Amino acid sequence: MNDTAEIYDQGEYNFAYLDEQTKRMIRRAILKGIAIPGYQVPFASREMPMPYGWGTGGVQVTASILGKDDCLKMIDQGSDDTTNAVSLRGFFEKTAGIRTTYETSEATVIQTRHRIPEKNLTENQVLVFQVPIPEPLRFLEPRETETRKMHALEDYGLMHVKLYEDIAKNGHIATTYAYPVKVNDRYVMDPSPTPKFDNPKIDQMEALQLYGAGREKRIYAIPPYTKVKSLDFEDYPFEVQKFDKPCGLCGAENVYLDEVILDDKGGRMFVCSDSDYCEERRAEGHAGPMAADPAAIQIGGATVEETI
Amino acid sequence: MSVFMSEEPLLQVHNVTRYYGDRIGCSNVSFDLFPGEVLAIVGESGSGKTTLLNCLSTRLAPTAGAIEYRMRDGSMRNLYQLTEAERRLLMRTDWGFVHQNAADGLRMNVSAGANVGERLMAVGDRHYGNIRATADDWLGRVEIDSDRIDDDPRSFSGGMRQRLQIARNLVTRPRLVFMDEPTGGLDVSVQARLLDLLRRLVADLGLSVVIVTHDLAVARLLSHRIMVMRQGNVIESGLTDQVLDDPREPYTQLLVSSILQV
Repeated sequence: MNDTAEIYDQGEYNFAYLDEQTKRMIRRAILKGIAIPGYQVPFASREMPMPYGWGTGGVQVTASILGKDDCLKMIDQGSDDTTNAVSLRGFFEKTAGIRTTYETSEATVIQTRHRIPEKNLTENQVLVFQVPIPEPLRFLEPRETETRKMHALEDYGLMHVKLYEDIAKNGHIATTYAYPVKVNDRYVMDPSPTPKFDNPKIDQMEALQLYGAGREKRIYAIPPYTKVKSLDFEDYPFEVQKFDKPCGLCGAENVYLDEVILDDKGGRMFVCSDSDYCEERRAEGHAGPMAADPAAIQIGGATVEETI
Repeated sequence: MSVFMSEEPLLQVHNVTRYYGDRIGCSNVSFDLFPGEVLAIVGESGSGKTTLLNCLSTRLAPTAGAIEYRMRDGSMRNLYQLTEAERRLLMRTDWGFVHQNAADGLRMNVSAGANVGERLMAVGDRHYGNIRATADDWLGRVEIDSDRIDDDPRSFSGGMRQRLQIARNLVTRPRLVFMDEPTGGLDVSVQARLLDLLRRLVADLGLSVVIVTHDLAVARLLSHRIMVMRQGNVIESGLTDQVLDDPREPYTQLLVSSILQV
């Protein structure tokens, strides 16, 4: 009798919540997805003990690939300590008892909701995305039968109609998140609602990317070192967002920033959306224009530790 | 008119039959369509005109019979043996389909420019400036003002929508266009203008057209040849003027005589 069965007998959760047959089924879908980069593989999505929209797809994918030695990082909008990340991290701590971390480089599996870490990922890591609507053509063509056919026949003119409309109405491609990409010169794919700032990171990424959509019952994948091109026009090439200020706390440039409202008098600051990246930089001594005095941070840090 | 330049037919229809269960949609229809030729299919409602048109345009598989089309490389291909991909490519490059209700043939929630540009983008055009310039040019040809290029077709009148639909179909320079009552539902003066426009475009581009209409005046103005259908059968066909001026079949005589003379 192996460990898993033993735990089962005691009325505990099976390792990582899902039963082994379900995991096999999901792993098959994942393997198929990896074999056909960007293709949406249907799978028998299970009811999870959390509502749709909380990342039930990502959770099922993560549950199926976790091993006992894995170290898990959970990201919610770039941050490790907001509701979604905390809840899902707690879920896997309870049901799998594995190590979790905030540190990007330490994690072997990273489940993310709509951001890709600023730090480069490696071949030893897997990035799992939570996907609300996997079908990039959905808002252009409501019929599932038709969108499947369009994928099969590589009939993607409609996608450019959307981009054309953007330029005609706004003067530039105004899509800023869920920006459609073409994977391996074949399938048009929705990279989940990540900001388009992260699109260049998807291209030739060293880590394996898995996308899980629980409600829509689809899994798709981008294997390491795969060509991923953001759709655009020759005279309106793809561009990422630019920020005119560095991060207020760590002074980082060329990273994705979140706007934080400070008061009701128009006060605001821009800080790294990737909280782990920001903290690491501050620990290295980088300071942005709005960072507190280093001494104050140290005192603050000490207080927190005492409370714990 | 010396439009019949080629002796080789563009479209060959052999005994096309379509049943709806036990009922006949159309039965045993055969004809050849030559490049540059306009063929009108007339008849009363329920006579099988639209069934035939849908069979021809691969929108509805016939129960029996074969339809062959001369591809751009000159080879004759059976339409229902093409792969789905080939058929789609054909439908968005070499063919056009003008619906009676313009909303069926347009994308109502994207701008006029995008409507015209869609086919260009579908065949791989990726230069916004060029697509827009072409769309603008085509809007001009169908007499829609340039400043409407970014408006939704929803804000267009019926006549404008129909012209936009025509531009959208002709932008890839198709060789064959199917039209299902293109002037239906338009008032008489708008109809006249649309017919003028269609006649000019057809002549300029050397289009082959299969047009379905119950309006004999439309057939008279646009078509070279005419086929009269009744209860799913073709009962009379020939040159338009000949058939309309000197109908042989009693039913055709009835049709012709039932036109109000103002």
